[in-house]
Amino acid sequence: MTRALKTTYVLVILALLLAPLVIVAAVSLNGPQSLRFPPVDPSLRWYGELFRQSEWLVPLRHSLVIAACAAALAVAIALPLALYVWERRGIAARALTGMGLAPFALPPVISALGFMIFWMTLGGYGRIYATIISHGIFLVTLPLVTISLGLKGIDRSLIEAARVMGAGRWGVFRTVILPLLIPYMVSGYAFAFVLSLNEYIIAYMVAGFTVETLPIKIFNALRYGYTPILAVVSVIFAALSALIFGLIGRFGNLPRLLGAERSQHD
Amino acid sequence: MSATPVQTAAPRWLGLWPAAMLTLFFLVPFGIMLAVSVAHRDVSGFYEWSFEWDSYARFLSAFFGKVMAVSISVSLTAAAICVALAFPFTVFLSNMGHRAQTRILVVLLSALALSEVIIGFSLSTLLSQTAGIGNLFHWLGLIDEPRAYTPSLFALITGLCYIGFPFAVLVLYPPVSRLDPEIVEAARVMGASGPRAFFGVIVPNLRGAIVGAFILVFVFTLGSYLLPQLLGRSEHWTLSVHITDQAVYQSNLPFGAAMSVFLMLVALALVGLASLAGRERGAA
Repeated sequence: MTRALKTTYVLVILALLLAPLVIVAAVSLNGPQSLRFPPVDPSLRWYGELFRQSEWLVPLRHSLVIAACAAALAVAIALPLALYVWERRGIAARALTGMGLAPFALPPVISALGFMIFWMTLGGYGRIYATIISHGIFLVTLPLVTISLGLKGIDRSLIEAARVMGAGRWGVFRTVILPLLIPYMVSGYAFAFVLSLNEYIIAYMVAGFTVETLPIKIFNALRYGYTPILAVVSVIFAALSALIFGLIGRFGNLPRLLGAERSQHD
Repeated sequence: MSATPVQTAAPRWLGLWPAAMLTLFFLVPFGIMLAVSVAHRDVSGFYEWSFEWDSYARFLSAFFGKVMAVSISVSLTAAAICVALAFPFTVFLSNMGHRAQTRILVVLLSALALSEVIIGFSLSTLLSQTAGIGNLFHWLGLIDEPRAYTPSLFALITGLCYIGFPFAVLVLYPPVSRLDPEIVEAARVMGASGPRAFFGVIVPNLRGAIVGAFILVFVFTLGSYLLPQLLGRSEHWTLSVHITDQAVYQSNLPFGAAMSVFLMLVALALVGLASLAGRERGAA
């Protein structure tokens, strides 16, 4: 196949992926309360409306708080886990890795029901901290994968050198390992943040009736009919995800983070 | 501290914190769920501890059989389409320059991270009567009246492909990008045409990875919860929807838990198969 044909194939698929978002972005510009394409009477009215209506601002704040805390918790669990597993091969190390990877590999509804019953039994059902902890555990996999990747790339001779010069464990960690790991911790945090922001089923089953997050709010609003404000929220969410991943791509090595070994910076 | 040559960078106690957290918040919830799945349903909305197989026995009904059949065939179709489209896409992607790869990966990750509710909303707008492709077809003169294409099985499978495609590419990306480019080069030098090199060299070399990706995408779409409600009709509801429906709306936690345990066993078996298929690649 020629190069042009390959590029066309890739571009057509990307265009298909973007098509629904383009329609939604256009629909969000409708002046009246209707979803028409092409938009009628285009204006940015609904963008302003979003930030004036507390019924949307409260879920937005919930979502941001939950995502920020849950991603931090995920990193706080993943970092020691990755460090512990790094140089160990025993059954404990393998069991820990398995537990770190499992929540993400299973259909999320399973974890969601598990968390729901757990918090009902313990009494955190319907509280925001229950959502934060549940998301944090569910998303541990992402920072675990990125941090492990970072550890794999660390040159052992650097650590040896620091040790020979008299650095203890803590010294080696603080001056050699941590600085090299920070980019991987940041991208792990960012992955977890974006996924928590967009997560529905766990947030819904753990505290959906009291702590409304933005995806829950959108789904509830859909039942009462489609309004341009839904399109506005969708556009903002898509833009936010693209921005965060774009930043990772700009300042980090995204192909390597996702498992490619050959790709180098141009 | 004496300098032992085999000193590890992380002390042993460091593993205690993640072990405690994951045990408390992951293993314990699973344990409770297992216990609830054999508990007795209390009509008041909760359950009372006991040991009975009633909830599992309900699986044997014709209704549940139909739910499973729909769930599985819809997900299988979507997974097959996703992998068929994603495999050539990934091969082409991994041969591009670093910058182009980064940009395309940003688009894929953004699409993958999008909440199902947003994807469902976007697609139902795209397929709707007032703002969708029905309008476009009408304008082109293909159909007489603008019409809606949702809710329908077609809309649901489109939605599942939308969430499954970026996932399939990201699962295929590591093995594909590690494939030695010299193998393909060698085939080309020996006179194989592009498509022949693709089907004769690349595909067989990555057979395990393709099977693995197919299974993982299948499990991924099996977990879809919102799309069947937004894009499909009630007869297209997947197991995920029924689990939530039982647990939240029918207040039948034991039955929901039993279905969830069942889904977990199916998913675990499939994920295990996928990792076996992925490993076989080295030997093949």
